[in-house]
Amino acid sequence: MPSGTRVRWAVVSATSVALVATGCGSSGGGSGGGSSDTSKTFTYQSSEPQNPLQPANANETGGGRIVQNLFKGLADYDPSNGKLRMQVADKIDTSDAQTYTVTLKSGWTFHDGTPVTAKSFVDAWNWAANTNNNQINSSWFSDIEGYKDVHPESGSPTTDKMSGLTVQDDTHFTIKLNNKVSYFPYKLGYVAFSPLPEGFFKDPAGYGQKPVGNGPYEFVSWDHNSQVVTKTFANYQGVDKPKNGGVVFKMYTTAEAAYADLQSNNLDVMDQVPPSALANYKNDLGDRAIDAPQGAIQNIGFTLYQADWQGQDKAKVRQGLSMAIDRDTITKTVLQGSRKPATAWVAEGVEGYKSGTCGDFCTYNADKAKQLITEGGGVPGNAIKITYNADGGHKEWVDAVCNSIRQATGVNCTGDPKTDFKTARAAITGHQINGLFRTGWVQDYPLNANFLADVYRTGAASNDTGYSSPEFDKLANEADQAASVQDTATGYQKAEAQLAIDMPAIPLWYYRTNSGFSTKVQNVTFDSFGNPAWTQVEVKG
Amino acid sequence: MGRYVLRRVLQMIPVFFGATLLIFLMVYSLPGDPIAAMFGDKAADPATVANLRHQYYLDQPLWKQYLHYMNNIFHLDFGTSFTGRPVSEIMADAFPVTIRLALVAFFFEIFIGLPLGLIAGLYRGSIADTLVLLLTLIVISIPVFVLGYIAQTIFAINLGWVTATVQDSRDITQLILPGLVLASLSLAYVARLTRTSIGENLRADYMRTAVAKGLPRHTIIGRHLLRNSLIPVVTFLGTDLGALMGGAIVTEGIFNIAGIGNVLYKAINQKEGPTVVGIVTVLVLVYLVASLVVDLLYAVLDPRIRYA
Repeated sequence: MPSGTRVRWAVVSATSVALVATGCGSSGGGSGGGSSDTSKTFTYQSSEPQNPLQPANANETGGGRIVQNLFKGLADYDPSNGKLRMQVADKIDTSDAQTYTVTLKSGWTFHDGTPVTAKSFVDAWNWAANTNNNQINSSWFSDIEGYKDVHPESGSPTTDKMSGLTVQDDTHFTIKLNNKVSYFPYKLGYVAFSPLPEGFFKDPAGYGQKPVGNGPYEFVSWDHNSQVVTKTFANYQGVDKPKNGGVVFKMYTTAEAAYADLQSNNLDVMDQVPPSALANYKNDLGDRAIDAPQGAIQNIGFTLYQADWQGQDKAKVRQGLSMAIDRDTITKTVLQGSRKPATAWVAEGVEGYKSGTCGDFCTYNADKAKQLITEGGGVPGNAIKITYNADGGHKEWVDAVCNSIRQATGVNCTGDPKTDFKTARAAITGHQINGLFRTGWVQDYPLNANFLADVYRTGAASNDTGYSSPEFDKLANEADQAASVQDTATGYQKAEAQLAIDMPAIPLWYYRTNSGFSTKVQNVTFDSFGNPAWTQVEVKG
Repeated sequence: MGRYVLRRVLQMIPVFFGATLLIFLMVYSLPGDPIAAMFGDKAADPATVANLRHQYYLDQPLWKQYLHYMNNIFHLDFGTSFTGRPVSEIMADAFPVTIRLALVAFFFEIFIGLPLGLIAGLYRGSIADTLVLLLTLIVISIPVFVLGYIAQTIFAINLGWVTATVQDSRDITQLILPGLVLASLSLAYVARLTRTSIGENLRADYMRTAVAKGLPRHTIIGRHLLRNSLIPVVTFLGTDLGALMGGAIVTEGIFNIAGIGNVLYKAINQKEGPTVVGIVTVLVLVYLVASLVVDLLYAVLDPRIRYA
């Protein structure tokens, strides 16, 4: 697996504080079917982008969600089911999972009227991958053959073109990868793979302030620290034609301010209600409240690189600890229903998600837990510590998990807070912790491989546990060679089954989107990335 | 007087350098790497990090960075933020907003705080006095952010008189509520300070003289009492103007005002050195000028105070 930099760790900050709960899976949806006006814009809670608005430079949500709406790549993910759907691409073919032939639909243009061609993609990707252009998402292109030439580990690039990209004609180009990655098209849904118009390359900095894309919305203005205004692009060719006149991204420093605006109808749709409102938002908003699943999971990892946790017997201890955690009660009480107990290592709603992979090990059973721990030779020193970052609202549930373990098994469990996320991450990646640590995963793309290969494969950049299983690696490799994405997903399900045997990390629960919308809009649904289905939002007439 | 002003202005130079150096050292010695922070939760790509570090002059020793920065300042170049915008442009956007907010707050301090203090001081022990003492005590004991949320909930969400947050930061009428919240604490201090000062001066000899001379009441209060009582209040107000500008962070956050507090808060979080140092440098200058003005006002209020 190439660089794991495409990995996003679940900080998802303070969301674990109380939240009134339903636990029911569906998203809020629209309240009634009043008439809508397709020319009206709606406002969305945002934050000032941290970087210029270039597709390969937007890795934070503030800029990311704006770029996402201004640009459209070969494919994206259907908000309703997370499946990959073709956009600019008519089809992406491969026979060996290593060379992909892309056929584009015709008729697509950028907002300035220039056509979207195969060259628009190839030039954009070459530019984005080039070290000299300092694009934060450049490592997304590392699968492509020739990436090392435009992006060497140090020094200047020897060329500005990746050898793996070849333009055939206006509507065809080929992508050759370093090695087989059957699910590569899934990655292509990421915004970094967007095309760029000719004009961009003459003045990238200027375009960063006034982007010209090919997406459903075109850029109107950027009033810094205040708002970014977009309007619907009349000639948009995508399958998701906007049902509104545009999105106005209003910058908020705090979620509290956004929530206050939402309540008084000065803001139409928001990201995630602030922790202080979690307990009340369903009462405040009624059927305008949203509670939808997210492609993110909370885990507890083990330091498998330490002698204390090595050996096959110790897997029993880990399984026992997992069984000692009463997920149902903790998500209902401490987390007040804002999470859903996990039964696998892949979040629900993700392609290839299979519930129950964890089996009985994710079901609370004090007797069985004690028995497994004893069979495994017990916990070293009969005491464990769970390291977590104190700035993310994790204390409450870590304490609850420890209580659960203590009561069920008699193992002395305590939380070990680190000041903030960065400090905790440094300790975890620097192997400076003992035993257990909080960890999490937010999907980069909604496919189970992203939750498994990037985290549990030997040597993967985000493999913090030091887990190394020849069996898991073999199954993952097989899955990567598969002929279709569906086969890959099934292949990875087999690999996931190995995790239940080894238990390198304990799955706890899945994240959810807790949000809402104003009385001025309807048909608001959220996808598993925690984004609304932008183009489907209807503004009441 | 002229020499005094000149001396004070010259004194501002070392203060300016000392302050910027300190801020610079503090910002750049904060834990965490601003470039790595740009990558968010993802692992940073080493080649891109090295490139960006070079671009932002961060691969140089600290003293060189400081010299580079100060050199740029003298060419009126405050550097570039990570968003690719010149810091001077960011400040030109945000400062006017905060100045307006601070002025609105300042207005409330003077036109509500002073009269309240005056009434309470003149009629000590009366119901009005007790009321002022009670009200100011409440305001002083409630933190600004609580007050802000209460005001927001009552006036925007429940009553719907105003929008919950400021929709257009350039519109001064929208700044009235946040301005009042921002002013609240200082307003209470101004009222109490005025009350005490007036109470003291009421018993002064010159007051007795003025009354004995049979001067009209408004002359006694306006020219003799107020003028003498205002000296400590003016000192407070002067330094407070600087505090209002810097202290607007909380209020700007609650009411989502695109002012300097908001920008500064975000810049500190992202460790955007140039933006933080630029803004704080300007704030230091505001403080320096404000305290100079206060000192000069002394002479106006009390002719006995002479500057050689």
